Amino acid sequence: MPGKLKVKIVAGRHLPVMDRASDLTDAFVEVKFGNTTFKTDVYLKSLNPQWNSEWFKFEVDDEDLQDEPLQITVLDHDTYSANDAIGKVYIDIDPLLYSEAATVISGWFPIYDTIHGIRGEINVVVKVDLFNDLNRFRQSSCGVKFFCTTSIPKCYRAVVIHGFVEELVVNEDPEYQWIDRIRTPRASNEARQRLISLMSGELQRKIGLKVLEMRGNAVVGYLQCFDLEGESGLVVRAIGTACTLDKLSSPAAFLPACNSPSKEMKESPFNEDPNPNPHSSGPSTPLKNQTYSFSPSKSYSRQSSSSDTDLSLTPKTAPYPQGPGIYLCPSSTPLSCGSLHLKSRLLSESSLTPHHSSLVSPVLRKSVSFSEELFLAASGTGSGSAGKEGGPLKALLRQQTQSALEQRGGSPHRFCRRREFPFLTLTAFPPGLLVHVGGVVSARSVKLLDRIHNPAFVGIMGNTRSYKLLDWNSFNSDEPETRDAWWAEIRQEIKSHAKALGCHAVVGYSESTSICEEVCILSASGTAAVLNPRFLQEGTVEGSLEQRIEENLPVGCGFCHIPYDELNMPFPAHLTYCYNCRKQKVPDVLFTTIDLPTDAVVVGKGCLIQARLCRLKKKAQAEANATAISNLLPFMEYEVHTQLMNKLKLKGMNALFGLRIQITVGENMLMGLASATGVYLAALPTPGGIQIAGKTPNDGSYEQHISHMQKKINDTIAKNKELYEINPPEVSEEIIGSPIPEPRQRSRLLRSQSESSDEVTELDLSHGKKDAFVLEIDDADAMEDVHSLLTDVPPPSGFYSCNTEIMPGINNWTSEIQMFTSVRVVRLSSLNLTNQALNKNFNGLCENLLKSLYFKLRSMTPCCLCHVNFTVSLPEDELIQVTVTAVAITFDKNQALQTTKAHAEKSLQRASADNEEMLQFPLELCSDSLPSHAFPAAKAVTVEKASPMGDGNFRNRSAPPCASSTVGVVKMTPLSFIPGAKITKYLGIINMFFIRETTSLREEGGVSGFLHAFIAEVFAMVRAHVAALGGNAVVSYIMKQCVFMENPSKNQAQCLINVSGDAVVFVRESDLEVMSAQQPAVNCQPSCTGEVTT
Amino acid sequence: MTSELDIFVGNTTLIDEDVYRLWLDGYSVNDAVALRVRSGILEQTGATAGVLQSDTMDHYRTFHMLERLLHAPPKLLHQLIFQIPPSRQALLIERYYTFDEAFVREVLGKKLSKGTKKDLDDISTKTGITLKSCRRQFDNFKRVFKVVEEMRGSLVDNIQQHFLLSDRLARDYAAIVFFANNRFETGKKKLQYLSFGDFAFCAELMIQNWTLGAVDSQMDDMDVDLDKEFLQDLKELKVLVADKDLLDLHKSLVCTVLRGKLSVFSEMETNFKNLSRGLVNVAAKLTHNKDVRDLFVDLVEKFVEPCRSDHWPLSDVRLFLTQYSVSVHSLDGFRHQVLWDRYMGTLRGCLLRLYHD
Repeated sequence: MPGKLKVKIVAGRHLPVMDRASDLTDAFVEVKFGNTTFKTDVYLKSLNPQWNSEWFKFEVDDEDLQDEPLQITVLDHDTYSANDAIGKVYIDIDPLLYSEAATVISGWFPIYDTIHGIRGEINVVVKVDLFNDLNRFRQSSCGVKFFCTTSIPKCYRAVVIHGFVEELVVNEDPEYQWIDRIRTPRASNEARQRLISLMSGELQRKIGLKVLEMRGNAVVGYLQCFDLEGESGLVVRAIGTACTLDKLSSPAAFLPACNSPSKEMKESPFNEDPNPNPHSSGPSTPLKNQTYSFSPSKSYSRQSSSSDTDLSLTPKTAPYPQGPGIYLCPSSTPLSCGSLHLKSRLLSESSLTPHHSSLVSPVLRKSVSFSEELFLAASGTGSGSAGKEGGPLKALLRQQTQSALEQRGGSPHRFCRRREFPFLTLTAFPPGLLVHVGGVVSARSVKLLDRIHNPAFVGIMGNTRSYKLLDWNSFNSDEPETRDAWWAEIRQEIKSHAKALGCHAVVGYSESTSICEEVCILSASGTAAVLNPRFLQEGTVEGSLEQRIEENLPVGCGFCHIPYDELNMPFPAHLTYCYNCRKQKVPDVLFTTIDLPTDAVVVGKGCLIQARLCRLKKKAQAEANATAISNLLPFMEYEVHTQLMNKLKLKGMNALFGLRIQITVGENMLMGLASATGVYLAALPTPGGIQIAGKTPNDGSYEQHISHMQKKINDTIAKNKELYEINPPEVSEEIIGSPIPEPRQRSRLLRSQSESSDEVTELDLSHGKKDAFVLEIDDADAMEDVHSLLTDVPPPSGFYSCNTEIMPGINNWTSEIQMFTSVRVVRLSSLNLTNQALNKNFNGLCENLLKSLYFKLRSMTPCCLCHVNFTVSLPEDELIQVTVTAVAITFDKNQALQTTKAHAEKSLQRASADNEEMLQFPLELCSDSLPSHAFPAAKAVTVEKASPMGDGNFRNRSAPPCASSTVGVVKMTPLSFIPGAKITKYLGIINMFFIRETTSLREEGGVSGFLHAFIAEVFAMVRAHVAALGGNAVVSYIMKQCVFMENPSKNQAQCLINVSGDAVVFVRESDLEVMSAQQPAVNCQPSCTGEVTT
Repeated sequence: MTSELDIFVGNTTLIDEDVYRLWLDGYSVNDAVALRVRSGILEQTGATAGVLQSDTMDHYRTFHMLERLLHAPPKLLHQLIFQIPPSRQALLIERYYTFDEAFVREVLGKKLSKGTKKDLDDISTKTGITLKSCRRQFDNFKRVFKVVEEMRGSLVDNIQQHFLLSDRLARDYAAIVFFANNRFETGKKKLQYLSFGDFAFCAELMIQNWTLGAVDSQMDDMDVDLDKEFLQDLKELKVLVADKDLLDLHKSLVCTVLRGKLSVFSEMETNFKNLSRGLVNVAAKLTHNKDVRDLFVDLVEKFVEPCRSDHWPLSDVRLFLTQYSVSVHSLDGFRHQVLWDRYMGTLRGCLLRLYHD
């Protein structure tokens, strides 16, 4: 029982009038934690009650502290009837549980009601006394820090990056329980909010336990999502990267890293847990299967139904009479376009091995795994080509080669038992970690969520796979493990894809789902990469630097060099020698899901590139629906990729960063939206133009039309080059002595559906033209596509946009930032919908949305929209919802130009310099970042925890409720940093889930008014929580879900929003200077200065 | 493809001053869009009409949500829902409470009741100000009036504290409240030449000198009501015109000093008794509420119009009024010097302000 939670209710303000007669309210407060409830006195007849309660004390164990939210309910006392609820506040006390975060939560919280929204505010003070010794405390998962930020947080240093952690928790959705028929919408919403809050807490705790087993102390890039599966339940899942973080460069601080956790776990499961909980699935990966997706301790178990679910998988393979090669052209002509795009490659390869189908996992999949032979080849050559990296590579991989082979051996048993994924959710890396980047790897699979158990069906399965299915089912029948197995499968696929690219790791990894009725698409994607193993094992950054020198990697272009062997390329690609170092081979185009590495040499500026696509689909039920979807998926993915490639060429660029492809499923259509930031990497070759080929060369006017189009395209490319300042330094073409890469594999782009062998030869005629990208116009469809390429309007002058953290080519940010969320829902006219019309509509929707954003933010120019994050959902037939969250950051135009130039020159020089200079570069970075945090960090750890003075100081600042007349500003940003400021402290993770419902939609201003108010309220609640923690900003903010449902005829609407981010304290750099010159400024940096002065 | 829902929410609430003005002026979204198009914004920014429509709708929605808070400006400062920089908050409040000259002239001195609210239709047609804007302005007057009506202390300070208005605007509101409370008639035809500024000037002088607060700011009563005792006492001034000797003496004192200094001396001399009677009778009548209401009508009728018909220049009016007030001190038989000064000091200021074309 390691904790005492103390809560004090101070006052309320702006309460709503609950008593019509007196126009006043008799308010009191219930404080609930776990099963204990306290009440304040009733404060009669006031809209601004001053309760000033005693300290309510809850004695709780750490599991509850982590799982449960503190629930504060404000009520209106009524003598004769039931007390009316005014609203609630849920406070996640997790930030109080780790030593370096907040010490007290104190401030004004909006009182929230799911029907009425925010109704006044309440001032609360919360503290936690942990009266166990620190050592013991550390053994529970309480001490693990969580960060949403997908890079190493600014005031920390990564000692070891342990790897991937994941967990999921399943429960029944209260909205679908029988009781929901009789309870009020409010009760139902609150049950749901509370449940998700509980599940998030539980999930976080379990992940924490895993991290502790890996000997880590933090999770970075923590991404938690929930899937509303409707009838079949509610899944909360999370992924992250376990790390050992250190605030100082003291080598004593880190624990001896355990390199093979799975082994250790087998030896000593649980033995470090002071409080072994048989239900907590965390500690042992192998055991996880049996216990994990439900939490019996919380009595939400739903065993029977979920075992139904997995059995229902069986029918889904039936629609596959053949191997997956059928999807694209039957000829084995490579469809790959020179990029490392995965899907097309996969398909062409898998078609080589018909027997392979027996290995296909017994569920619907869009892409198929490699054949065994190929797999072996890939791994073999991978280590061969990497020559000097062979050693570390082996050490790094934590037996992954072996396990991969085992898994591919076809036994689902193994598949489930070993679960080691070399994935990182990080998108930016400490210098030296990222060695090579292979390309984007992704996998999708279509699943049915229905829970009908139909054993008879299994018997009917007569094809080659039936035994597998039976096997699978019998294996799973008594384990409610479905969801976890699904993800494991996908991750396995991702892992093998990376392997084929000669990479042993996947970075920038993320997972997502799209659910419509009972069909669910699971997606995962990441970037295959080769990492420097030193970071992943014991050893310090210093150590890894040495390693780097040995490896002699050129800075600024190293990551572009291919990790795979050029003679045994997994797919055809066009390789050249690196334009930067001239030593290694690079591909002609590079796609990644990560941020642009800081040391990358870029020419000009970057820009947001989007591919948008709709596909109609027949309405269908269950399996038929799933089949239809999985049949469509490869085409969509192919076309999305084609669009991306074309648009990239059109921009005159050669690499994509932050690529995120979202496929959304609706009742009668599928939508694909890919966003990425295009850049021109100096290391990669200049992209060729786009060439249009007509299909019927005899027609004169047609010819003319084609040439007209060609001209337009060429003009656009030229214009874009000018716009984005892409003037690659004249690379004295093909450096003297550098051999031109041998068999020049032409990269082509074909329209697969209509392709015939004639056309292939026809195209080959143009083989001689260097680098030309051929768009063949053979039908109206293709024409449409070319047109749509050209309709993308560049942002107005003064605006840039990207979906990565920073805009390549701009580095002189000024301090003004504006984070925003914009939502649009459009109704398509249901008449004669065609794919083209849909595409056009969707394109128009996205373009208009962007135009609106530019218009709205015009006063901020010159500025850049960073981290532009589009989400598409299809809430109903004919309804498309697009949600965008981004941040606009101003920059200084004049200075920016100069510095970029200087920067580019500098890095170019650096790249060509010798080893010694390379060593300096990362060192510079280190010394740059260290002093900033070393000072507060040193004291924060030791003093803050022990000294009550720290608390006192803190409280003084925020306790006097009405002292300051205005509300403190809290910045929000999806980025991990705040321009012009230094983050001095991370206060903990913010992870909030809200439901809002209305039965008076018209009165609240219709759907727009309703959602506008709700989003504003969500922002307000996030800000209030951050302010109460003592912070002044949220970084890495993300709106993970915004589910909106309306029923205008009933005048009703409901919306669910899930947001997360990291609460931080930042200090303006200008203030920092002032501070160092004068005395510590108390107002800006309350907590840190507090500790420093004590 | 129709837009069902279209919103933009910033962490810092975006306020477009131009759109705010259009909203305050009561234009519908469509009218506002049309006006914005006419302003040439599309050419400047390269936006489309659709974008403009969406932007305008969005701002209107935000303003609509803010309106509830603007009704009690301190709430705007303390609320957590909209993060707005202080300078913008001030701008929002100030603009929201700013009123149109044409409108205020129509309702100044009227009872701020439902009855008047019904007349807003006519006012709207007459002034060309949209009905929506009229309603907002009227409701602002009424709201401020209700809040400060019963309050102690300085009227201007109270308004500033509860509505966070600029000094200048708070003074204007003080005048509006003062006029509404005392129901001064301002709508008569002969008063049409007067601007709101004229009345506000007079109101300020009267608040400073003629209310209870003027005597003792610690008193229970407040700035809104005239000092009843003072009004009662004003009857005593009647002696100045009732006593013929006193009146003659007063006249001779004034004439002696002003001889040769006024371009309209002879007119003054002939009119002196009429003017003096007018001014003193106005004072003596102020015990009746009805006559208080007609104060400005009386002043214009009894003083401004006669002088104007004789083409007195303003400088002569000033000289005359100064001398007229000062000479009373030399009247030995007159004992109410203090009262006279309290009355005439204010009245002199008012008359000078009212005296124009």
